[in-house]
Amino acid sequence: MTQIHVTTRINGDATEFLCEAEETLLDVLRDRLGLTGTKEGCGTGDCGACSVLVDGRLVCSCLMLGAEAEGREVSTIEGMANGDRLHPLQQKFIEKAALQCGICTPGILMAAKSLLEHNPDPSEEEVRYWLAGNLCRCTGYDKIIRAVMETAADLRRAS
Amino acid sequence: MALDQSSKTRVFKVVGTRPDRPDGIDKVTGRARFGADVVAPGMLTGRILRSPHAHARIIGIDTSKAEALAGVKAVVTRADFGDAPDHVADILDNCMAGAKALYDGHAVAAVAAVSAAVARKALRLIEVDYEVLASVTDVDAAMQPGAPLLHEGRQQETVPHGMSGNVMSRVEFGHGDIEAGLKQADRVLSRTYRTAATHQGYIEPHACLATMGPDGKGDLWVCTQGHYMVRNTCAAILGLEQGQLRVTASEIGGGFGGKTTVFLEPVALMLSKKAGRPVKLVMSRSEVLRATGPTSSTSIDVKIGMKKDGRITAAFAELRYQGGAYPGSPVDMGSMSAFAPYDLENVKTVGWDVVTNRPKAAAYRAPGAPMAAYAVESAIDELAKGFDLDPLEVRLMNGADEGTLASYGPTYPAIGLKATLKAAKAHPHWTAPLGKNQGRGVACGFWFNFGGDTCVSLNVTPDGTVTVSEGNPDIGGSRASMTMMAAEELGIPYDQVRTIIADTGSLGQNDVTDGSRVTFAVGLATIEAARAAKREMCKRAAMIWGIDAEAVEWVDGAACPAGPNAGKFPPMTLKEIAAIASNTGGPVAGHCEVMAEGAGVSFATHMVDVEVDPETGATKILRYTVFQDAGKAVHPSYVEGQFQGGAVQGIGWALNEEYIHDKDGILQNPGFLDYRIPVASDLPMIDTVILEIPNPGHPYGVRGVGETSIVPPLAAVCNAVSAAAGVRLTQLPMSPPRVLAAIQAGG
Amino acid sequence: MRYEAPQSIDAAVALLVAETGAHVLAGGTDLLVKLRAEMIEPEVIVDIKRIAGMKAIIAENGGWRIGAAVSGAEMGEHAGLCADWPGVVEAAGLIGSTQVQGRATLAGNLCNASPAADSVPAMVVAGAVVRIVGPKGARDVPVIEIPKSPGKTTLAPGEFIASIFLPAREARSGDAYLRFIPRTEMDIAVVGCGVALRLDPEGKVMAARVALGAVGPKVIVVAAAAEAILGRALDDAALADLAAACSAAATPIDDKRGTVDFRRHVSGVLARRAAVIAQSRAKGAKA
Repeated sequence: MTQIHVTTRINGDATEFLCEAEETLLDVLRDRLGLTGTKEGCGTGDCGACSVLVDGRLVCSCLMLGAEAEGREVSTIEGMANGDRLHPLQQKFIEKAALQCGICTPGILMAAKSLLEHNPDPSEEEVRYWLAGNLCRCTGYDKIIRAVMETAADLRRAS
Repeated sequence: MALDQSSKTRVFKVVGTRPDRPDGIDKVTGRARFGADVVAPGMLTGRILRSPHAHARIIGIDTSKAEALAGVKAVVTRADFGDAPDHVADILDNCMAGAKALYDGHAVAAVAAVSAAVARKALRLIEVDYEVLASVTDVDAAMQPGAPLLHEGRQQETVPHGMSGNVMSRVEFGHGDIEAGLKQADRVLSRTYRTAATHQGYIEPHACLATMGPDGKGDLWVCTQGHYMVRNTCAAILGLEQGQLRVTASEIGGGFGGKTTVFLEPVALMLSKKAGRPVKLVMSRSEVLRATGPTSSTSIDVKIGMKKDGRITAAFAELRYQGGAYPGSPVDMGSMSAFAPYDLENVKTVGWDVVTNRPKAAAYRAPGAPMAAYAVESAIDELAKGFDLDPLEVRLMNGADEGTLASYGPTYPAIGLKATLKAAKAHPHWTAPLGKNQGRGVACGFWFNFGGDTCVSLNVTPDGTVTVSEGNPDIGGSRASMTMMAAEELGIPYDQVRTIIADTGSLGQNDVTDGSRVTFAVGLATIEAARAAKREMCKRAAMIWGIDAEAVEWVDGAACPAGPNAGKFPPMTLKEIAAIASNTGGPVAGHCEVMAEGAGVSFATHMVDVEVDPETGATKILRYTVFQDAGKAVHPSYVEGQFQGGAVQGIGWALNEEYIHDKDGILQNPGFLDYRIPVASDLPMIDTVILEIPNPGHPYGVRGVGETSIVPPLAAVCNAVSAAAGVRLTQLPMSPPRVLAAIQAGG
Repeated sequence: MRYEAPQSIDAAVALLVAETGAHVLAGGTDLLVKLRAEMIEPEVIVDIKRIAGMKAIIAENGGWRIGAAVSGAEMGEHAGLCADWPGVVEAAGLIGSTQVQGRATLAGNLCNASPAADSVPAMVVAGAVVRIVGPKGARDVPVIEIPKSPGKTTLAPGEFIASIFLPAREARSGDAYLRFIPRTEMDIAVVGCGVALRLDPEGKVMAARVALGAVGPKVIVVAAAAEAILGRALDDAALADLAAACSAAATPIDDKRGTVDFRRHVSGVLARRAAVIAQSRAKGAKA
């Protein structure tokens, strides 16, 4: 089997990898590139734990082939903080106890970041529907929704 | 350890605050390492072949073609394992089927190969010769004479002759005279309730990385609620010495009871042993749903007699729980907890443990209790409404208190049930107006809480910071709680302490993270370890000062001369003592090894408003409030998180979650698409009210809080839906087709 | 398995013709699930996203031509499309999560040929026409003719959908799509219903199309429901007749997602509710 050579940018870094045709972007991130912050909860697009941004668009990396990343810009949780400066969402999630076990957290943070880029002033209902594809079994979502709403408010005040 | 006498007046400095969790940055940056996140040099990928039949005799397994495939390094079947000791025989059989496959998804073989693709291909080359047998998945059907039988000769003597061989055992609890009590009642309500099997639904599938050498030494990295349990169980199954198997717990992506046993681990070790290389095994979501433990589905009869004024004169429940393919459903705990919130003169529960062709039930948050509470709290609600009584008042009237003889035997010390009911009654939620097609429900819940074997080692570093090593995987923020209790006890800031989860080689035996035990038991041990370290540091200061150690006390993070010596010497801080430890006898540490007792039972009352669409039967949760006794809330945000998370799992159980099998026992919904756990848009905010009735068995009064919160919601939601729909629902989940059918039938 | 990303329709067709086990990849939200479940084992995956036009929404004859690889999210962000065919956009927007919306396409939803596909009833009532390309060139086919049976389409070997055309919206017309799911998101439709209406100046229905999803092996066009409201104002009586016609037309099954009785009943409920929304849009309400 001939592997496919893919040239892409991941979290701003030029990245090349080889993958099999059937490997998903999630497989590539985790198994080939060591970016294990992106999680697999279901492999079928139902849980959102593998959420990443591709060319700025929120997707499930389990529902995209690694080969499709050719020429694309991929953002993962590992690129969310800027050096030692956490993204405001990351900071707020810690402060407001918006995570318990933490397995869904990377996906939820990526989804929430994407939401605030699209809609800096979301209603509670908009946050809940935007994040409906990100399952969390620990928190009952309450503190997650509050953290996202509060971060949005902080960012609006700061801008 | 008893409640500190001073704790009632004590002003806590760290406990009760809301510091950032120590694992927070790792978890928000993707650095935290979960079960599937590690690799080892030369690692192989494992895969498991699973039965496509719900019940089948395994005539033979031919692995020769798989073994011949290039890249396959090991193939394992049950034949590779010897006879396991009795206490782990069922666990082994569940990990790898022996004579029969007992449920759809039961493991029958495993491979380890150089890649996932090769491993997948190898599985298809394994030929299993099955003799398909008739199966049964419903608990009532399994109890019928003539039902397909899973096992022979395993029925306990408690089961009367003539019952189906699938009935494994019978339990009974209670006191008083039911028949006499029922005669005093103004109304006797008899109802049968049914609940579907639900899965814990943790988002992280099971995963482990095993390395096993020919010398009998092994290493295992695993996501589990108890790595000591994993060690002991795997050692027993594989015939290893416990001390030769070192197990390290990964970060754990949710468990809720489902990771309190082993599924993959013995198989991974066996594959690694045969291949001579590390083997990683990770389940897919469908494997998790097909082959790991959901909770029981149940069928429960309740008979309660009530006076017109709301006084319960007698209460009886017969509980039938199917626990999947092996004995051990949580019907015992269901039977014990069913009437635990009430002070009853005449009470009795009978429980039946039944096997069916489903995956073996595993613990799920307050195992057995939510279904029992659902039945009992539904019946009490219906009786109260029938007499036009306030359901909270009826519960207060019958509620258990300090001194109550519990239905399952003990007499309660100080408990918080009535405090939760009073708080509920006083809350604005209780009197808020309701609209059309809306209804409000309340229900109570109970959980025992556990203690158990616990070890904590607390070490003071040369620069005077403190490390705490404990042996219980942190699911809900327990590292933060241990850090807080250590800091509180030592009188130093939170950020001067770091808590880690040590591997099995580093501490003595620790029970599993279950039974809401960790904040209580590990907290207690942490406090005791800190006290031991303080005693040692006082001794060191006394040595320097040349006074008796008894004449030194620990105040605000420093040793101070006390009594006649008070004020003679300036206090020596922890840092100062640490700096000279080497000259005063060596490193300073404290540790505690304890079988923790006095966990302190826990109660909650939940209140929920719903709206039911009368045209579709769809239920929307409008408002939800949890009232629960936490003893002492160490980190209130995490206590709230437990309340909220449990409530929402209960909402899912009440409305949509269920295992759906076809007539052949094949699971129809092994994925998050059709196993429908609540999503963010299904829910409102979950309000919480923390009550603090100190647990007399803990120095700070801490009680476990993790499990009780899933006990009331099934009934609370059912009572609300029944009120909104104008018809009493008696079966879970209250899925829209079921609610609509009930509305159309009964209206 | 091979992965190919051709740059032209001809190259894609050539690949599809050459390999009987070829599968088209656009959004991939169904394809990758089937791959993982080992339900399919294609020789080659043909990714059409790099073909010019596949990601475009183009105005054409007063309507809109939507490239086969346009995602639901991209449709939802297109003001013109949302203004003209809110029901189609909403139906597409109901498929899966925000993440799935980032990839899932109308063409894929149609070719997956699930009886429960959300966008299909909406496209059918909108009068959408599919442009199919293949070894014999291009042909235009109404959406209703594409699904054949669960999981099967009428596309010939070597063919794939290049675009979907939504015609010009007529005056005083409106469309809507509603589905029933047990949760609020993330489920497959238990029942789906699309309604498109055109009103006369008095507000009476002068043209109507009603289609049901998830209540038969493929989408059901309910002519009787449309006839029931033709020439009438949508009062309670007309809506009741509409609902009754839909419940009567549904031919559902019992499965893990719903029962026959439930689906029949809810077919009527959704038709009534969707018709009210379509009517308000025909009268000028914005989506």
